[in-house]
Amino acid sequence: MTTDSQLDLWEVFIQSRNGSHHIHAGSVHASDRKMALQNARDIYTRRGEGTSIWVVPANAIAASNPDDADMFFDPADDKVYRHPTFYTMPEGAKQI
Amino acid sequence: MADLNELKYTYSLRLGDDAWILSHRLSEWCSNGPFLEEDLALTNLALDLIGRAQGFYKYAAELEGKGKTEDDLAYRRNERQYFNHLLVEMPNGNFADTIARQLYVSVFEYYFFNELKNSSDETFAALAAKTLKEVKYHMAHAVDWTIRLGDGTEESHWKMQRALDSLWMYTGELFEMDEVDNELLQQCIAVDVIALKAKWQEHIERVLKQATLKQAEDAYMQTGSRKGIHTEHLGHMLGDMQYLQRAYPDAKW
Repeated sequence: MTTDSQLDLWEVFIQSRNGSHHIHAGSVHASDRKMALQNARDIYTRRGEGTSIWVVPANAIAASNPDDADMFFDPADDKVYRHPTFYTMPEGAKQI
Repeated sequence: MADLNELKYTYSLRLGDDAWILSHRLSEWCSNGPFLEEDLALTNLALDLIGRAQGFYKYAAELEGKGKTEDDLAYRRNERQYFNHLLVEMPNGNFADTIARQLYVSVFEYYFFNELKNSSDETFAALAAKTLKEVKYHMAHAVDWTIRLGDGTEESHWKMQRALDSLWMYTGELFEMDEVDNELLQQCIAVDVIALKAKWQEHIERVLKQATLKQAEDAYMQTGSRKGIHTEHLGHMLGDMQYLQRAYPDAKW
């Protein structure tokens, strides 16, 4: 884990309204989870951007390795049948 | 101006002044915070306080009925015409000094606005309800930092203890009642701050215990701000704050 004089790094996820996903907003420095939440609140939700915040220690995130991109992502390129575009959209369905 | 309006004017002005002066103190941390996130946290508190000051000044101007705006009240009075508590004009000092000031002030404000929200005056009640939400956050911020610094390193501990001790003599004023408070209290408009003292003290004690810090010893308490008598610090602050309005009256952005 990378530490510097600015305390530990936390990744911040913000939910913009009830029911929607938490979306990665950025990161903050903090020494504990409470401080991380408060700092995230002060930095990312000051203008009414959020209704909920998650903070996650950056070192708790397992990230895919760019070198594995071939193996991870390329096989999806030619599998168009995995997209649900062959179905007719039911009326009234908004989020597919 | 009716008598009651005059009393409410003074009451609103005092509450505006407390918010306004503390707001400026906190804004002095802008670009000087111990780290980026805390810099933003402190200036965020300052912005909450500007909003609060605006609300109380606006109401005061309305009660006065002389066609003044909240800006006139903020920028065009002299030192002796400000009625903020001495505690909020105390310099930022180091980070521990600022946190100690925040702790004393925001725990007090938490209990104060909790009462003022039941005021029989609708505007005071509404402003208090809005302020209370903000103050809860200010208090959490101050309490957390007091515990971190008190129960932190040897250096942070003694700095925090020194800050708490040196500001103690300015806390007595928070619980003073004068004729304005008493008359408005009879009408169920103002808050009985004397009744808040025990709760405040107990709350502070609880936090300090958790922070392994000691309650400051009772000593001589400073007083005067309700009569417009301030420490030497306020004049310097106003010099900064009012420069533009004094040099270029009615300047527009």
